[in-house]
Amino acid sequence: MSGHDSKYFSTTKKGEIPELKEELNSQYKDKRKDAVKKVIAAMTVGKDVSSLFTDVVNCMQTENLELKKLVYLYLINYAKSQPDLAILAVNTFVKDSQDPNPLIRALAVRTMGCIRVDKITEYLCDPLQRCLKDDDPYVRKTAAICVAKLYDINAELVEDRGFLESLKDLISDNNPMVVANAVAALAEIQENSSRPIFEITSHTLSKLLTALNECTEWGQVFILDALSKYKAADAREAENIVERVTPRLQHANCAVVLSAVKMILQQMELITSTDVVRNLCKKMAPPLVTLLSAEPEIQYVALRNINLIVQRRPTILAHEIKVFFCKYNDPIYVKMEKLEIMIKLASDRNIDQVLLEFKEYATEVDVDFVRKAVRAIGRCAIKLERAAERCISVLLELIKIKVNYVVQEAIIVIKDIFRRYPNTYESIIATLCESLDTLDEPEAKASMIWIIGEYAERIDNADELLESFLESFPEEPSQVQLQLLTATVKLFLKKPTEGPQQMIQVVLNNATIETDNPDLRDRAYIYWRLLSTDPEAAKDVVLAEKPVITDDSNQLDPSLLDELLANIATLSSVYHKPPDAFVTRVKTTVQRTEDDDYPDGSESGYAESSSHVADGVTSPQASSSSVPAAARQADPAPAPAPVPDLLGDLIGLDNSAIVPVDQPSEPAGPPLPVVLPASTGQGLQISAQLTRRDGQIFYSLLFENNSQVALDGFMIQFNKNSFGLAAAGPLQVPQLQPGASAGTLLPMVLFQNLSTGPPNSLLQVAVKNNQQPVWYFNDKIPLIAFFTEDGKMERTSFLETWRSLPDSNEVSKDFPGAVVSNVEMTLDRMAASNLFFIAKRKHANQDVFYFSAAIPRGVPFLIELTLVVGVPGVKCAIKTPSPEMAPLFFEALETILKI
Amino acid sequence: MAGAVSALFLLDIKGRVLVWRDYRGDVSAVQAERFFTKLIEKEGDPQSQDPVVYDNGVTYMFIQHSNVYLMVAARQNCNAASLLFFLHRVVDVFKHYFEELEEESLRDNFVVVYELLDEMMDFGYPQYTEAKILSEFIKTDAYRMEVTQRPPMAVTNAVSWRSEGIRYKKNEVFLDVVESVNILVNSNGQIIRSDVVGALKMRTYLSGMPECKLGLNDRVLLEAQGRTTKGKAIDLDDIKFHQCVRLARFENDRTISFIPPDGSFDLMTYRLSTQVKPLIWVEAQVERHSRSRIEIMVKARSQFKERSTATNVEIELPVPADSTNPNVRTSMGSASYAPENDALVWKIKSFPGGKEYMLRAEFSLPSITAEEATPERKAPIRVKFEIPYFTVSGIQVRYLKIIEKSGYQALPWVRYITMAGEYELRLI
Repeated sequence: MSGHDSKYFSTTKKGEIPELKEELNSQYKDKRKDAVKKVIAAMTVGKDVSSLFTDVVNCMQTENLELKKLVYLYLINYAKSQPDLAILAVNTFVKDSQDPNPLIRALAVRTMGCIRVDKITEYLCDPLQRCLKDDDPYVRKTAAICVAKLYDINAELVEDRGFLESLKDLISDNNPMVVANAVAALAEIQENSSRPIFEITSHTLSKLLTALNECTEWGQVFILDALSKYKAADAREAENIVERVTPRLQHANCAVVLSAVKMILQQMELITSTDVVRNLCKKMAPPLVTLLSAEPEIQYVALRNINLIVQRRPTILAHEIKVFFCKYNDPIYVKMEKLEIMIKLASDRNIDQVLLEFKEYATEVDVDFVRKAVRAIGRCAIKLERAAERCISVLLELIKIKVNYVVQEAIIVIKDIFRRYPNTYESIIATLCESLDTLDEPEAKASMIWIIGEYAERIDNADELLESFLESFPEEPSQVQLQLLTATVKLFLKKPTEGPQQMIQVVLNNATIETDNPDLRDRAYIYWRLLSTDPEAAKDVVLAEKPVITDDSNQLDPSLLDELLANIATLSSVYHKPPDAFVTRVKTTVQRTEDDDYPDGSESGYAESSSHVADGVTSPQASSSSVPAAARQADPAPAPAPVPDLLGDLIGLDNSAIVPVDQPSEPAGPPLPVVLPASTGQGLQISAQLTRRDGQIFYSLLFENNSQVALDGFMIQFNKNSFGLAAAGPLQVPQLQPGASAGTLLPMVLFQNLSTGPPNSLLQVAVKNNQQPVWYFNDKIPLIAFFTEDGKMERTSFLETWRSLPDSNEVSKDFPGAVVSNVEMTLDRMAASNLFFIAKRKHANQDVFYFSAAIPRGVPFLIELTLVVGVPGVKCAIKTPSPEMAPLFFEALETILKI
Repeated sequence: MAGAVSALFLLDIKGRVLVWRDYRGDVSAVQAERFFTKLIEKEGDPQSQDPVVYDNGVTYMFIQHSNVYLMVAARQNCNAASLLFFLHRVVDVFKHYFEELEEESLRDNFVVVYELLDEMMDFGYPQYTEAKILSEFIKTDAYRMEVTQRPPMAVTNAVSWRSEGIRYKKNEVFLDVVESVNILVNSNGQIIRSDVVGALKMRTYLSGMPECKLGLNDRVLLEAQGRTTKGKAIDLDDIKFHQCVRLARFENDRTISFIPPDGSFDLMTYRLSTQVKPLIWVEAQVERHSRSRIEIMVKARSQFKERSTATNVEIELPVPADSTNPNVRTSMGSASYAPENDALVWKIKSFPGGKEYMLRAEFSLPSITAEEATPERKAPIRVKFEIPYFTVSGIQVRYLKIIEKSGYQALPWVRYITMAGEYELRLI
């Protein structure tokens, strides 16, 4: 039963939108339906069809269910951008929510809940109230979820109108599907509320356990996940619960199985009878093993979870290690996880077989997997004392194969084995030394050098071996340098002969005077001082007995493990991180309106895209700063980065947004350029840049105090400049302790202190504080920050303006180095900087793009870009009433094109 | 713990959005597309990429089916197992509708695709994935009727997989017992892993709401009933049932009772990990003569009773990637060189029990090799076969009782077949 919908994607030659408009208003039903399909097709490929809003909504009142669904879909997508027009739909929604057909009643509430427009939401309450009490379970189950939708938009409304009570009533509904959805909705609401809303009592518990037998597989997952939070009163209740849940282990849906496992594990914590616990462990093993026959993606989730489970209850799978042996066709991500679990399950009983497997894997082709296999052998050696020797002999066999990365990995783990079993296996050092010259990875090199230093007295030619490394000392990575330093000192203390004496001088010289690395320098000076004042003390320190290392096998901290086990099957258990480490609570503001609609680059000509209404509702709000993003962004290093990362801005990397000043904030995103280096500022370093956020100009500043004193009382002043930029308020920077840093966003205003003369981009800034003299520095004003959100012109007015401006107002410039290889990306980037795409035409083999932009006080820029996609060389011509701004404009454009 | 996804994407092979359904309005399609195309570019082979990836506050989970990626994006701590499984179910539903799920069929049916996405998931929570029932009220163009559709009772019923009022002239049930043998033999010839995964595949053509009861030679059940088992009963390690089977009842007294869906479905799957004798044993000797020639000698032996016969036997022997000039002789069947898989494929149409066949092959190798030769890909020998009328486990369907209130008689047909699953023998 294949369709032919693809015909709706083909575009017509004429202006598409007007044509569609005409068809949508056709008197013929079929034509209207086809037109709506074309509109949806256009929406699907990312064209902006929001201008057809009224025409599409007019098709809403129809008996045809298919057409109705399409119109609803359209509404979900565009209501947000046309909130005033969306109100037109309300009547039909309310009417549909009382339709005799339950399918339509449900469709109406479901869709209304998806439209995040306040005006619509107000009208949702009554229909929702009715639908929650509908006779048809299909409508009730839809309404249950809709309460969660409403809560997400307007929590107060939900509480005021008593929806929570109605939702709780649905837990006693006679229909299992309704119960399951009510549970899902309540669980979500509880998650977002600080006060207790959904508390599972023993009464609800028994109701839900009954529903469990009857609802769909997905509903079973909702219920099990919600119930796993329930704390049983005592061991007996826990046993009862477990008894009701264990049949779920036989379900064909692996998510049901994993959620049941989670619940059983939670209740097991309370069960005291060892018999019962042993029995449960026995029951859980086969279903867990069966998960490994599922699709690879699910195997991956299962393996990440099993990793957690065996850390808490190693007995469950103690005898099942073979099922984790890798199959040839397993995807690499499955193999990696299997390996991790094999290490955890390895024991004296099965180690021989496990080692055979590891050895097999160590000769495969995937380098990462091979390395992990070699490391696994080492970890087993450290974990199992009695098997250590066998592990080492496997490692030696692998070294003999002489595959470079295998050798290097083997040496790294052998170093650890030496640290675990000192003075036991040194006889193999000779074999290791044979591979010395093949080592090229820092970690392997460092490990080998450590071994030579540690056992210098047993290696006859230790001095020669170390000396061979010394020649390249300055070029080595710091990890290797540090090891070389220590190893040479050890050698010298063990064999204080002439050779080592000379070596130590070379090394100490290299590591002190010749290096910029403070760690290396500090360590070298300490050794130097020790050696020169008291060589015996040096011996006591450097050659002291080291603590024996133990096996951690990547064990998690017990409290974290508890939390993760409570989250089995969820993302948290996949990441092995607590939920709040990655869940970002964004109050769902629609971010898509602006960055989703890019004009389609097809031949069709003019994309009459939306009037990006910039009223309070639609303006996209940057997402709140998320923990992992900030962490990933690392520390805001003061490295100069003169080019602002607009792309990062666009995709929300730079999401410090407007942070309230009292809240400590790490300005994530691209590092700001340094305007006052620490060397000039007596330890105070300032990085800064003008940026535009949400239609306002900010001066983004980062202060870093590298001086020895605390700094406070920061103030800022701007000299007269071409744009009259000045601070809109006082600079808010807290006291900075030595070593501390603080970022801030200073709101700026324009036209305050204008300088005269031709415009230039110079911004002179003065900053002072209570401890230091006043610092002056120069910054550049990027015109990018000034392009306003309302710079979009209608096509007609663009043409008129272009014509009306005299040719003398036209300035052009070539950018020979700039390449546009991806039109969409470039348009996205331009749009993000408020350069609005107007139209595109072809001229010979070249593409000509037209854009409009404006800077404050309504100075427009009409821009024409001529280029060939993928070929270097972009020609830009602009027309503007203020041609003197052209150089600044071109600078801005260059920044955008060059990213 | 509550968690829903924000959006579901259907992407083409390059990672571009074909269709997407936004459920919560808190992720951006452009951002998702940009992330995913970058991921594909970076990893080259997305098969090797973890199926759960985090980027800038959003978790992406995806699977691939032919030239389409199915991906969900989430901002919450949602149930990963459930959602990945859901994506596979979505594939099943689309396949039911469009026969094949691929870029073309999605484009050709985008209206239905949107309708299905709306019904299968609400606000990011999986709702309903029974293809058969969905197609009762969401139809493709060709089957659309002017009558307004209503949600079938089944959508919200306890029996959510079967509609009422089904009628057949002849009431029949076909039951196929299909066992796959998975085996892993290491290079020393030791069996390091073997298990059997079986499935009871049913096709039902039954009227009304039939109550079915299935009896197996399950040792636990027979012993509970106090019957002597005489060695014919079997132990199953793990059993998984289709959602139509009453699990609580099974837990209580091991009775398998259910109201089946209409048409074909897997009633149950089971697994047992007893050591089985490899049904087909393959031994290979590889000799490299100097650098220019490689000689392979293979013996294949069937180790099952003579009255059974394996059919469509296919033995895939890995050979070095740069082999040329194959020269092959076999004592039975035919062998062909498949350079695209770096393998020699030996096919034997019919392989009776207790027989042994030979293959001898010779390949030329280039005499020049790279100085730093990367290690060869070590593929195992892989074997495919089917043995009809035979199961390794010895499972038997003792009865299938069908009771419907109209009192018709239904005929159950049972077939048994054993196949090779992941059947790998590692080379030395």
